[in-house]
Amino acid sequence: MVGIFCLGIASSCGTKTTNAEILNSLNETAAPTEMPVIEAELTDAPLVPAPITRKHPAKVVVRLEVTEVVKKLADGVDYTFWTFGGSVPGKFIRVRQNDEVEFHLMNHPDSKNPHNIDLHAVTGPGGGAAATFTAPGQETVFNFKAINPGLYVYHCATAPVGMHIANGMYGLIMVEPEEGMEPVDKEYYVMQGDFYTKGAFGAPGLQPFDMEKALDERPSYVVFNGSVGAMTGDNAITAKVGDKVRLFVGNGGPNLVSSFHVIGEIFDKVHPEGGSNVNTNVQTTLVPAGGSAITEFKVDVPGNYVLVDHSIFRTFNKGALGMLKVEGPDNLAIFSGQTEQKIYLPEGSAIQEMPKSETPKAAFASNKDMRMELGKTLYAQNCQACHQAEGQGITGAFPPLAKSDYLNADVDRSIGVVAHGLEGQIKVNGEVYNSTMPKIKLTDEEIANVMTYVLNSWGNKGGEVNLDQVKKAKAKYKH
Amino acid sequence: MRRLLTILLMLGACSIAQAQKGTPANMVHVKGGTFVPLYGSNNQAIAVQEFIMDKYPVTNAQYKAFVAEYPKWKKSEVKQLFADAGYLKHWASDLSVGSNAEKLKDSPVINVSWFAAKAYCECQGKRLPTVNEWEFAALASETKKDASSEPSFYQRSLDWYSQPNPKYLPPVQESFKNYYGLYGMIGLVWEWTSDFNSALIIGESRQNASLDRQLFCGAGSTGASDVKNYVAFMRYAFRSSLKANYTVANLGFRCVQDVPAKITAKK
Ligand code: HEC
Ligand SMILES: [Cu+2]
Repeated sequence: MVGIFCLGIASSCGTKTTNAEILNSLNETAAPTEMPVIEAELTDAPLVPAPITRKHPAKVVVRLEVTEVVKKLADGVDYTFWTFGGSVPGKFIRVRQNDEVEFHLMNHPDSKNPHNIDLHAVTGPGGGAAATFTAPGQETVFNFKAINPGLYVYHCATAPVGMHIANGMYGLIMVEPEEGMEPVDKEYYVMQGDFYTKGAFGAPGLQPFDMEKALDERPSYVVFNGSVGAMTGDNAITAKVGDKVRLFVGNGGPNLVSSFHVIGEIFDKVHPEGGSNVNTNVQTTLVPAGGSAITEFKVDVPGNYVLVDHSIFRTFNKGALGMLKVEGPDNLAIFSGQTEQKIYLPEGSAIQEMPKSETPKAAFASNKDMRMELGKTLYAQNCQACHQAEGQGITGAFPPLAKSDYLNADVDRSIGVVAHGLEGQIKVNGEVYNSTMPKIKLTDEEIANVMTYVLNSWGNKGGEVNLDQVKKAKAKYKH
Repeated sequence: MRRLLTILLMLGACSIAQAQKGTPANMVHVKGGTFVPLYGSNNQAIAVQEFIMDKYPVTNAQYKAFVAEYPKWKKSEVKQLFADAGYLKHWASDLSVGSNAEKLKDSPVINVSWFAAKAYCECQGKRLPTVNEWEFAALASETKKDASSEPSFYQRSLDWYSQPNPKYLPPVQESFKNYYGLYGMIGLVWEWTSDFNSALIIGESRQNASLDRQLFCGAGSTGASDVKNYVAFMRYAFRSSLKANYTVANLGFRCVQDVPAKITAKK
């Protein structure tokens, strides 16, 4: 391919490949075969294409479009993502061993930068990077044969590679073995990535990429599927009691290695590093940057299972948290309902532990609407991980804030809870909680905003909390 | 193939060369000097001779005048070999930008191929800048000739690279003005250079340090440990993704001239 770039323009370049040779070799690989031609089904996370039922190889045409788009990185925080297919992670590709893949990379005309793709599933120099180097508004095509089965990462390899990956240019391609994969009930796509923004975690607005932090490997965000909250609340993945669940897990990096763990589950099976070996009964599996793992487990007990990077500060302070909601009948023989999820609570405070954090200067709310607005973001950043998106809590672990009799009965007392933390037994809407809420490090102004938001959401009693009330309540309720 | 292109290229060139007298209007003088480019010479400083450069990237209005005079560069007449299908796609017709004409008249012309840019410059008695000339002139901040070591300066580039294209490009006069009085060297559009593909990155940036030098048209360097070099990286990567007939929605150009002999002699 090199020759093409040097063609026709005076340059110091002396390459021996002629253009005719290149065309010939392209024609050869594109020569017609007996194989059926299939247009690949591509999916956005957390979905994966249907398992392959074919018993023979095929020619699979993959068309992947690169776009540069502004999207949500966290509540109130936007970022310019560079994407394979419009979101992060890139589209999931699924082929069968020995398939011949005709790969089209289209770079949207509105892109500012050239991009390419290196698929780790490719045997050949650069994994397709040089063959797919594509200017904005252009399309490139190359062919490869998927020789080795496994779950592979793909990513952009355009200079500076680190920046292209840091902006979200990665995804997964599954090459199913010839014998196929064992059927399961649910399959999902989860990919971790670290992000480097000028502002600290939670600093609002459109955040530019920070090269300095990226070089120092100090991410502001570590997230699953491209943003904080991409896999929680309404976006949680789901299963029914008794289902076998398979997670295709990838890690785009660019820097961090993931200690992938699902709280409350043991992986019955893991294909470590996405390869052919099978490990059984695994608690936490290491997913390298630019690597993957396939994990499988049967869900026996209903409830919420939390997906984390067990390098745990990333989970509670940087966003690496997802959720699997399992519905169905209890199975008391396996889980009595008394096991403490609070094992993670000491580390649970979103803000508390941030070393020398330059907490963004909170905007000053001059009226109730502004308090609501700011409070909403504060809630998402500081409370939602435990009390959930709709304030519904998690029965047995985190009490609800929605229609909470405890909260509505005495707002000052609840302000005290937020300001000082809470330990010991309380009763909320008839349910007993005996757990710990860590002290959340918020300014009085922020407490006023978040409490105003909570009080005016999900059927609570309304009203506005002001600075004065916070100060008084804090003094009154010291725990 | 190559010879064919060269011949066509000559046919396509403008036959008019204008006489040069002094520094023309709307151009500025860039005093020569040395700088260390990212690629091409094993981190050795490169000397750049003084030259005269357009203050602004070429605008839609200027390009329209050119097309009017040289009809073979009309959208409807240009050869595919010289410009791909996206050529002037933001224009409504051969000689009209369309409903946004007033808004865009002073905005940089984009969607032009290297052949077109080269022809334009030659018809003004000018030429496209070399990569080295362009990079040298782009090292300047508002107040300094060489601001490459100032974090705020390279952050300006990084910010621009990671912003999606605006719907309408602003007028050239409204963009960042650097030490030399050049507008929009950073933060407006990418710009063509005469030898845009001489330092190929070829999309496999990780190997540049070890790749065979001949094969890749220039010695590579991945020693870009400095953030500032990443900024140049982006430009080199962009340039090397291009072919001479490509047109891109945020790629324009400006022209340069050699310093006329008289002026040089005076010094
Ligand atoms: C790390 C998990 C966690 C976080 C983060 C958290 N809480 Fe709590 N919260 C709890 C737990 C656990 C309790 C119950 C404590 C107990 O049993 O003594 C609780 C209790 C409460 C209560 C009183 C009980 C009720 O349901 O009305 C309020 C009010 C409350 N939290 C508000 C907040 C607000 C507001 C935030 C964010 C600023 C927040 N919490 C962040 C875990 C958390
Ligand atoms: Cu890229």
